Amino acid sequence: MAGIPHDHYEPKSGIEKWLHERLKIVSLVYDTLMIPTPKNLNWWWIWGIVLAFCLGLQIITGIILAMHYTPNTSMAFSSVEHIMRDVNGGYFIRYLHMNGATLFFLAVYIHIFRGLFYGSYKAPREVTWIVGMLIYLLMMATAFMGYVLPWGQMSYWGATVITGLFGAIPGIGPHIQTWLLGGPSVSNATLNRFFSLHYLLPFIIAGLVIVHIWAFHSTGNNNPTGVEVRRGSKEEAEKDTLPFWPYFVLKDLFALGIVVTIFFAIVGFMPNYFGSPDNYIMADSLKTPPSIEPEWYFLPFYAILRAFTQDVWVVQLAHWVTFGIVDAKFFGVLAMFGAIAVLALVPWLDTSTVRSGRFRPSFKWWFRLLVVDFLVLMWCGSQFPTALIGWISLIAATYWFAYFLVILPLLGVLERPLPTPATIEEDFNAHYGTGGAAHPAE
Amino acid sequence: MIRKLTLSAIAATALLMAGMAQAQEAATPAIPDVPFSFDGPFGTYDQHQLQRGLQVYTEVCSACHGLDLVAMRTLGDPGGPHLSQDQVKAYAAAFPVNDTASNPQFLDSSGNPRKLIPSDHFPSNNSMGAPDLSVMAKARAAFHGPYKLGINQLIHGIGGPQYIVALLTGFTDKTKNLAGSTVYQNHIFPGGWIRMPPPLAAGQVTFADGSPNDLKSEAEDVAAFLMWAAEPHMDARKHAGFDAVFLLVILTSLLYLTNKRIWADVKGKKKADA
Amino acid sequence: MSHAEEPRATRRDFLYYATAGVGAVAAGAAAWPLIDQMNPSADVAALASVDVDISNVQEGTQITVKWLGKPIFIRHRTAKEIKEARAVKISDLPDPKAENSNLPDGAQATDENRVLDKEGKWLVMIGICTHLGCVPLGNNAGEYDGWFCPCHGSQYDTAGRIRKGPAPRNLQIPVAKFTDPKTVKLG
Repeated sequence: MAGIPHDHYEPKSGIEKWLHERLKIVSLVYDTLMIPTPKNLNWWWIWGIVLAFCLGLQIITGIILAMHYTPNTSMAFSSVEHIMRDVNGGYFIRYLHMNGATLFFLAVYIHIFRGLFYGSYKAPREVTWIVGMLIYLLMMATAFMGYVLPWGQMSYWGATVITGLFGAIPGIGPHIQTWLLGGPSVSNATLNRFFSLHYLLPFIIAGLVIVHIWAFHSTGNNNPTGVEVRRGSKEEAEKDTLPFWPYFVLKDLFALGIVVTIFFAIVGFMPNYFGSPDNYIMADSLKTPPSIEPEWYFLPFYAILRAFTQDVWVVQLAHWVTFGIVDAKFFGVLAMFGAIAVLALVPWLDTSTVRSGRFRPSFKWWFRLLVVDFLVLMWCGSQFPTALIGWISLIAATYWFAYFLVILPLLGVLERPLPTPATIEEDFNAHYGTGGAAHPAE
Repeated sequence: MIRKLTLSAIAATALLMAGMAQAQEAATPAIPDVPFSFDGPFGTYDQHQLQRGLQVYTEVCSACHGLDLVAMRTLGDPGGPHLSQDQVKAYAAAFPVNDTASNPQFLDSSGNPRKLIPSDHFPSNNSMGAPDLSVMAKARAAFHGPYKLGINQLIHGIGGPQYIVALLTGFTDKTKNLAGSTVYQNHIFPGGWIRMPPPLAAGQVTFADGSPNDLKSEAEDVAAFLMWAAEPHMDARKHAGFDAVFLLVILTSLLYLTNKRIWADVKGKKKADA
Repeated sequence: MSHAEEPRATRRDFLYYATAGVGAVAAGAAAWPLIDQMNPSADVAALASVDVDISNVQEGTQITVKWLGKPIFIRHRTAKEIKEARAVKISDLPDPKAENSNLPDGAQATDENRVLDKEGKWLVMIGICTHLGCVPLGNNAGEYDGWFCPCHGSQYDTAGRIRKGPAPRNLQIPVAKFTDPKTVKLG
C-alpha cells in the first residue's frame, strides 16, 4: 500500500543542501514529524507516547542505578539500600525505576487492548502488531530479570519459580533450566547474567520500537473508524489528516502531562504501593515466603498457568494423547505461553471485514467481556489457590482462549456490522463540524 | 445505557468475587490503624518521637536485633532523629558490639571490639537468630484488603509500623514448648506463636522528656523509629514529590490551553454528543 | 511582539512561550538529580574528615592512615630529627614553599611551617611523592634521614621537604589539627 501523499522536505539554504546531499537526516526528522495522521484519533491513542516516555525513563534511571548497584549475591541487597540511603537523590531515582515498570505495563496493556478493539492488528498492519508483541515479550523478560536484581525474597523465589517453568518442558527442560540459572539453583551466576541481560534488552526494545514506528508510518495510523485515509491525491488526504506536528504532539504531551503528574504523585507519596513487602527481606534460599506472588502485570498469565491442574479433563486428555509427555505442569506452561501466542496470532484469527469494533455490535460485548476476563484473571493470580479460585481461573482462562480461537473467527462470519462512514472527514465532521451525518452509537 | 449495563456487570462480578473471598479471610485478627505523624502525603517524622524510639531500640531491641544497613551518622540528618554532631559521636562511642562474630569489621587487631564512630553502621546482631530491623518496617504490611485488592493501603498506607505496634502489644501470657524452645503466643504473628519473648513492658524505658511510657506509647515510638530506619529520606521524598506534582500541574494546564488553541481552528464548534 | 500586532496573536504567542518555558524548567529540574547522583554519596562524604588516635605512636615511629583514599604519614619525631630539620636554610631547599594546606599559599618552608605543633614533634603529611605519585619509604630513609621514594630516588628530609632527586615539591601537608592532645583530625 502506498504511503499517504504529503509534502516532503526541500532543502533551501546552501548549508541545508550541503547536508542533504550527504545525509538525509533533516528529511527523516521532517517526514517523521510531519507524517499525516488521521484527524479523528481519540484519547485511546495517547498511550504510545506514554510508552515512549516509559522506555526513556527506564533506560535513563536504569543506567544511573547501574552506576551504584553491585550484582553480587552478598552485596546486591545492601547496594540497593546504599542507593536508597547514601546516593544523592538515589531514593527518588530508584522509586522512579520501580514504579516506572508499573506505568510501562499499565500503558502497554491499554495500548494492546486499544489495538484489539479498533482492529489495529488487521491487514495491512500485521507487522506493526507482531513487532509490538515482540516488544511486549521482551518487556516481560526485562521486567522479570530486573525484579531479581534487588535480591529480596520475592526476587529469589520469583526467579526460582519462573525458571522452573522452563524446567517443565519434557526431556530437555531441566537442562534448559540449569543453563538459564548457570547452576542447580538461583545463584550468583544467575544474578550476574540477569543484570547483564536486564541492561541489554531495553536497547533491543528501543530498536524494535523504531521498527514498530517505522511499520505504522509505512501503513499510516489506524483510527477509531478503521476507515483508511484517502490516498488519491494530496488534497484528498489532507481532508482526512493533520500533520503530527504540532497537532498530535501537543495532544500527546498534554495527555502525557496528566499521566506523569499522577505517576510522580505515586512515586512521591506511596512508592511501595505496587511492590511486595517481602522483597525488603533479603533472599534466603532456605525459607520460602508464605505466598509467592508475581508483580501485578504478570498475574493474568500466572492465573492461567495455575488454572490447568491434573483434574481438568483437557489436561487429562492431553496427557493420554501424548502418552504422558504433556503432564499438568507442562500443560500449564503451554497454556501460559499459548495465552500470549493467541494474542500474537489475532491478525489471522479475526475474520471480520470491518476493522473497528465501533461498528461491530456483538463484538463489542465479547470484547468488553474479554477486558473483564483479563481483570478477573489478574485478581485470581493474586489469590491463594483454593478450589474456588481454581474454578474461576479455569473459566476465565477458557474464555481467554475461546475469544481468540472461537469467537473472533466465528463473529466475522455471523455478525452483521453497522455501516461505516465513507471517510475519516465525515466522521470528524460528525463530531466537530457544523453539519454532517449523525454520529454512530458508541 | 450500554455503559450502565457494563458497569452493573462489573459490579455484579465484583460482588460475586467478594462473597466468595469472604470465606478465606478471617484467620488473623485485623491490625488496628495507629495514626502516625508521617501518615499521608504531607506527614513528616516527629523528631522527638524518633529520638524516643531510638532510645527504645538502644535499650531494648538492640540486645538481640541488628540494624546493620543504618549508618550511625544518619542519626544526625535532618528529617531523622536529628541529633547534634557531638551527640552522634557520643552515641556511637557508647554503642556496644554484642555479637563480635558477625561484626569482624568492628574488631581491632587483637580481636576486641573497637569504639564505633559516626561513619560506622550499627552492628549486626545474629546472636539470638533475631532478624535485622533495618528495613523491617517496609518488609511487613498491616493492610491487604478488601479481598487482597490493596485498596485499604490507599487510605491507611501499607502499615509496616502498625504491624510492629500490633505485634509488640499483641502478646498473651501463654507459652508453649516447640521443638525444644519456648514460644510465646501472639495473635498478630502468622501462626500465632513467636520465638521472641514479650520484649517491651509498660514503664520499661524512661524518657528524659517525660513522655508517656506505657506499653502502647513505647511500641509506637519504636515503630516510628524503625520506619525512619527503613525509609530515612521519606520527608525529602514527599517534598520532592510535591514539587514535581506542582510543576507538572502548571505544565499540564499550559499544555491543555496550548493544545486547545492549536486545535481550535480545525475543530470548529464542538457538538454536544462528543 | 511589542509591535502593532493584534492582541489575540500576542496572547497566543505568550501562551506558547509560557508553555515552552515551563517545559524547559521541568526538563532542567529533572536533569539536575541525574547529574547530582554522580557526586560523592553520603557515605563517601562522611569520610571527608576522620579522627586519628595518636596516643600509641611512640617517639621515633610513624603510622600510616588512609584518608580520602590516600596514605597519610603521621610521624612522632625525635629531638634529633627536629634539630636536623630546623638547621636547614631555606635557600638550600629546591622547593622553598611550605606546601601546607593549613597555611596561606606563600608561606616559607621552615620546619615550623611544616609541623602540626609548636615544638615540632608531630609531622602529618600526604604520603605521595610529588614526582609521579609513588608512596615514599619512611623511618629515616635516604640521605637526609627522612623519606626515600623507591620509584625514582627522590629524597626527603626529616620535615618531608624535597632535597634531592626528580620530585618538584615538598610532601603536601593536609588539612589537619589537634582536637585534643591525643587526637588529630584530618580534613
